[in-house]
Amino acid sequence: MAGGYKYFEAIEKHAGKLGILTAIMVSIGGLAEITPLFVEAHAITATEGVKPYDPLRLAGKDIYVREGCYLCHTQMIRSLRAETQRYGHYSVSSESVYDRPHQWGSKRTGPDLARVGGKYSDEWQRLHLMDPRAVVAASNMPGYPWLANEQIDSDDIVARMRVLERLGDPYTAADFAAAPAALEGKTAMDALVAYLQGLGVPAAATEPVPTETAP
Amino acid sequence: MPNTETYNDQVVRLFLLAAAVWGVVGMGIGVFVAAQLAWPALNFDTSWLTFSRLRPNHTFGVIFAFGGSALMGTCYYVVQRTGHTRLALPRLATATFWGWQLVCVLAMATMPFGITQSKEYAEPEWFIDILVAAVWVSFGVVFFATLARRRIKHIYVANWYYGAFIIAVALLHIVNNIVVPVSLTKSYPVYSGTVDAMVQWWYGHNAVAFFLTAGFLGMMYYFVPRQAQQPLWSYRFSIVNFWALISVYMWAGSHHLMYTALPDWVQSVGMAFSVLLLMPSWGSAANGLFTFNGAWKRVANDPAAKFMVLALVFYAASTTEGSTMAVKTVNSLSHYTDWTVAHVHSGAIGWVAMITIGSLYAMAPRALGRPAMHSKRGMELHFWLHTAGLILYVASMWTAGVTEGLMWRATDATGALVYPFIDSLIAIKPFYFIRFLGGLLIVGGMIVMAWNLWHTAADARARLIKPIPVPIPEPEPLQVPAPVPARA
Repeated sequence: MAGGYKYFEAIEKHAGKLGILTAIMVSIGGLAEITPLFVEAHAITATEGVKPYDPLRLAGKDIYVREGCYLCHTQMIRSLRAETQRYGHYSVSSESVYDRPHQWGSKRTGPDLARVGGKYSDEWQRLHLMDPRAVVAASNMPGYPWLANEQIDSDDIVARMRVLERLGDPYTAADFAAAPAALEGKTAMDALVAYLQGLGVPAAATEPVPTETAP
Repeated sequence: MPNTETYNDQVVRLFLLAAAVWGVVGMGIGVFVAAQLAWPALNFDTSWLTFSRLRPNHTFGVIFAFGGSALMGTCYYVVQRTGHTRLALPRLATATFWGWQLVCVLAMATMPFGITQSKEYAEPEWFIDILVAAVWVSFGVVFFATLARRRIKHIYVANWYYGAFIIAVALLHIVNNIVVPVSLTKSYPVYSGTVDAMVQWWYGHNAVAFFLTAGFLGMMYYFVPRQAQQPLWSYRFSIVNFWALISVYMWAGSHHLMYTALPDWVQSVGMAFSVLLLMPSWGSAANGLFTFNGAWKRVANDPAAKFMVLALVFYAASTTEGSTMAVKTVNSLSHYTDWTVAHVHSGAIGWVAMITIGSLYAMAPRALGRPAMHSKRGMELHFWLHTAGLILYVASMWTAGVTEGLMWRATDATGALVYPFIDSLIAIKPFYFIRFLGGLLIVGGMIVMAWNLWHTAADARARLIKPIPVPIPEPEPLQVPAPVPARA
């Protein structure tokens, strides 16, 4: 044992060696887990037919992100029976490739929203966001009435789409051209409702809906 | 030769003051958002007072403003004492204080107004992140430059933890916050979907590992032996635990993503390493607790030591809970429920806050030129307020979490779900109220501490105290570890 300790003293008496060895030891785990995912992720993006967010839904998604909805709502249906019974098919990786940052969440003070699209009417969503207790008496969700008075700035959204395009999201010239008209006169509330109504709904009708397979 | 070198405690005192203030602020916001969950009218339909906008202010305020100030202050104190040297680069050290306070104020002032990356525990936008990186690198430079001029050849174990904390947090912060700005107030991460989730929880989990564990273990390894007035139970054991802890922790982040769209093998690896983590976690807790062996009578009369002992007990308990929750079967019940909230707070209020409070009570009189804290009864009162609040908090949220988990999965004889979601919220509302009460007690305790520190600092405020001289050591004899005594 004393012999082993002698070798250890070489580390313990040199700040530089200690620092470098520490940096190596803390890097291994992250590299081992993240690198393969990173490589795999590029393969997923290439083969997937999911379309990036249209301008209104993108504006809505960014409002969802800004307001911090992810702190109480998940968008990740786990592959467990009680979850798929309550919320629908479990979430798959390709459904969130355009989410920067991801909105999987970590806490359900309210229900999961991964497939909430179409579950309620636009009017219900609007009323609920204005005053949640007007439609769900026992809810403890805060109201977000200011969204109804906030206009969407189409220049800002186009700038956002440009950055997303640079990050690899396949926006086309036609998407950019159509953006100002699509956002004309829209409020933050309209955008958020459009985003919510699109959650879990396939972007194109031709795209196959993921079907549940026997475990 | 007359010794003229003194310890630089000025910057330590500044961080001490900041920690006391941010503690009250961060936990105060916590109580407010807890109240909003029980009484949603408290959002007042005002955007910047709304729960979802304010919760990051609570987590940032407590982890990075309160915890960060306490960690940097104690780190500067400990590296000087264990190295018998004055802090290197004093101007840069003072700049790290003002820089860190600027980071905290900017973050707290922007997040409620929707200027946020919305990555959990990494919410501040890109311009604040750059400032964080600059301050953090400066902090590292001051720390390692001070180590380089130490007079004690051995680098004491507390410094390894502080060093690992500095290196790993820099790495985590930078990798997790790589974004492309759209404007000053909005950016997009370069990662999306599954990769973003993995990077986020690699960061999130290891912020717990290196900010909330390694840093505070550095505090523990210095202040526990100091307060017990005897050496660490086993120095050699601390070496094993150090290397095991820093290498195993980094693998465990994926346990935050069980049964999700993350590839299965990553989930399983995360689970396996999370269970392994029990060893270094218990090892460190045991090493701290056994250090009090033979000094337990002193603990009864020393509120600072009481905080430390309970901190170590909660460290062992919450890491046991954490490893258990990382097992897939348990996680399927606990995840997304308030059980996670209970677990986080048994770690944060039990381990992190208590080791910090104990260490601050141990350090403050020495840094403030007083024989003891102003009021011992104040410390006792704080201990009981904190402990009672902690138990109310953890017990209520644990019960709420298990209730939610069971109600969400309950099915009847036909296999149909029994409860609509809203029923689980109605069932746990009383526990949200109890949690709020627990939080109130804890903030009450923090106010008592702030008051106590303010009075302890009376001499320092009047500039009556003298800097403490560095004990320049005798020429160092050859240090050979004493042989282990044979067992009787």
